[in-house]
Amino acid sequence: MAGREPENVGTLVSPGSDVLGPGHSYGSVTDKISAIVLTRGTGNKYKVGFGLAVALLLMLNFGVTVLFAIGVGIWGINIPVGWGFAITNFVWWIGIGHAGTLISAFLLLMRQKWRTSINRFAEAMTLFAVACAGTFPLLHMGRPWLFYYLLPYPDTMGVWPQFRSPLVWDVFAVSTYATVSLLFWYVGLIPDLATLRDRATKRFKQALYGIFALGWRGSARHWKRYEMAGLLLAGLATPLVVSVHTVVSFDFTIALVPGWHSTIFPPYFVAGAIYSGFAMVIALAVPLRKYYGLEDFLTVRHLDNMGKIMLGTGMIVAYSYVMETFMAFYSGNKFDIFMIMNRMTGPYAAVYWTLIATNLVIPQLLWSAKIRRNALWLWVLSFSVQTGMWLERYMIIITSLHRDFIPSSWGMFYPTKWDYIIFVGTIGLFFTLFYLFIRFLPMISIFEMRDLVHKTAEEAKS
Amino acid sequence: MIHRQSNYGLMAEFLSAEELLEATKHTAEAGYREIDAYSPFPIEGLSEAIGFHRTRLPVLVFCGGLLGTCTGFFLQWWPNVIGYPQNIGGKPLDSWPAFIPITFELTILFAALTTTFGMIALNGLPAPYHPVFNVERFAHASRDSFFLLIKSADPKFDAEQTRQFLAELNPREVSEVES
Repeated sequence: MAGREPENVGTLVSPGSDVLGPGHSYGSVTDKISAIVLTRGTGNKYKVGFGLAVALLLMLNFGVTVLFAIGVGIWGINIPVGWGFAITNFVWWIGIGHAGTLISAFLLLMRQKWRTSINRFAEAMTLFAVACAGTFPLLHMGRPWLFYYLLPYPDTMGVWPQFRSPLVWDVFAVSTYATVSLLFWYVGLIPDLATLRDRATKRFKQALYGIFALGWRGSARHWKRYEMAGLLLAGLATPLVVSVHTVVSFDFTIALVPGWHSTIFPPYFVAGAIYSGFAMVIALAVPLRKYYGLEDFLTVRHLDNMGKIMLGTGMIVAYSYVMETFMAFYSGNKFDIFMIMNRMTGPYAAVYWTLIATNLVIPQLLWSAKIRRNALWLWVLSFSVQTGMWLERYMIIITSLHRDFIPSSWGMFYPTKWDYIIFVGTIGLFFTLFYLFIRFLPMISIFEMRDLVHKTAEEAKS
Repeated sequence: MIHRQSNYGLMAEFLSAEELLEATKHTAEAGYREIDAYSPFPIEGLSEAIGFHRTRLPVLVFCGGLLGTCTGFFLQWWPNVIGYPQNIGGKPLDSWPAFIPITFELTILFAALTTTFGMIALNGLPAPYHPVFNVERFAHASRDSFFLLIKSADPKFDAEQTRQFLAELNPREVSEVES
């Protein structure tokens, strides 16, 4: 397999568009993206970042070991607050994942061309975020080694999971979501793995990428079925992603606790998930763009669009906050009114107002096109949103549980160092996986970029 | 005329998607049936040009999804109604609305698995070896070049005439595909 030197014999050159820098050909996009994996190697910044992520991952391992050895008593959870950091983190992580699926599935169905250069790493983000999310319900079990009790299997005791419980729905929703995200991601990778197989120069890499490329040859028959499969997966993943966070919100709404028992939760949670997910996509995209010089592929238009989606979903979230407050008073239910007043003025008032500031007030800056088009500003704002979204889940869980109906059962939740160690540790897990991903797999879909080169050139001609 | 068995077919390389599409249409019009076209990204109309119009994939996926629906519902209905029925406050055993979320999830799961593995299987993958990989320039099929293949199995195939026919389509080069 010779002919690996770039020789762009008479191929077409795209004049570019608002989603692709000018002067790119099939060869140039292929080389640029595959070089990150095949020839660029690992720079010092990469090594430092990866080292840091692995250090945090080791901290997670330490925290989890202690947790398994001693039990969930090392956390701050108690009665009445039985769901502390673990469930907050679970909802936060799974929400982050949702943007990846939305970009790859929903924007595909909507024929949004700008998704092309962000879908691959957003899908990877989904996968890793779901991995982080999935650990928390398991860690949260008092006896995690009995996790398989959640699965329906004909056991010797003759009992079955409670299929009418949203917690069991969650098991199915999250595991289906993880599986479908993996399938979608892998199917998207197949043609690119073939490209890497053909461009790799070392025997080992050729073999490894070759195995996972399954012998892809880019035949017209293959492409036809492939495109159909992509469309079908997108059509399946779009309702799935909505259902997953709806089921997550059912974990709360189906309970009778004031602050949880509300019909607004499903859309409110889905919007919040996409909101925090896009914040994470921006948090990852901005440094990648800068470090790997991908300004041609991740253009200002991409930043602008992501900022707009963040603003739009943020407004839905803001509306939900307002409606929650309004409905509490409108209902005349004294427990609901107390719950809202307790959030705003009770012992966790600081959490509530920080959340309002970071999630609702500060993101209003996104109305300005100048800020949406400024990578640094957008990056900073994405952290504000992620903080806000974490605090939102914390607020929903803690302030609702700590003072419910009977004052004699009230209590407080104080996180311990183990709560923080395990939470920050999963950030290490996420970034370790992400660093490995950008080192070994193309972070932008190469074949879709070639398609984009073709389409933009066609458009310019006509 | 008997061909050499070692020859899988003839392959012509083109430098643009439009040239490949044109050439493929010409080849089909000329009466060749055992043909295939290779490109680094999907090209609209190319599969139709080689005579491949519809894929059975959607039908398979529908069946997969239906199987998922039935599995999901039965999985919950059987334990609750037959296997381990429990009377809780006189509530119905077959409380089907509560079974919908899991039924939905399993529908999606089965359909997605069918899509992925159906696509791979219908495409005849994994196929670590294929004669087209013997062509040296074929490494460019995953980068920036476009290929048209006429298999020697085609009834109209003739080593000399077919080569000449391909050469007239104005390709970059025509090469033999060893099997």
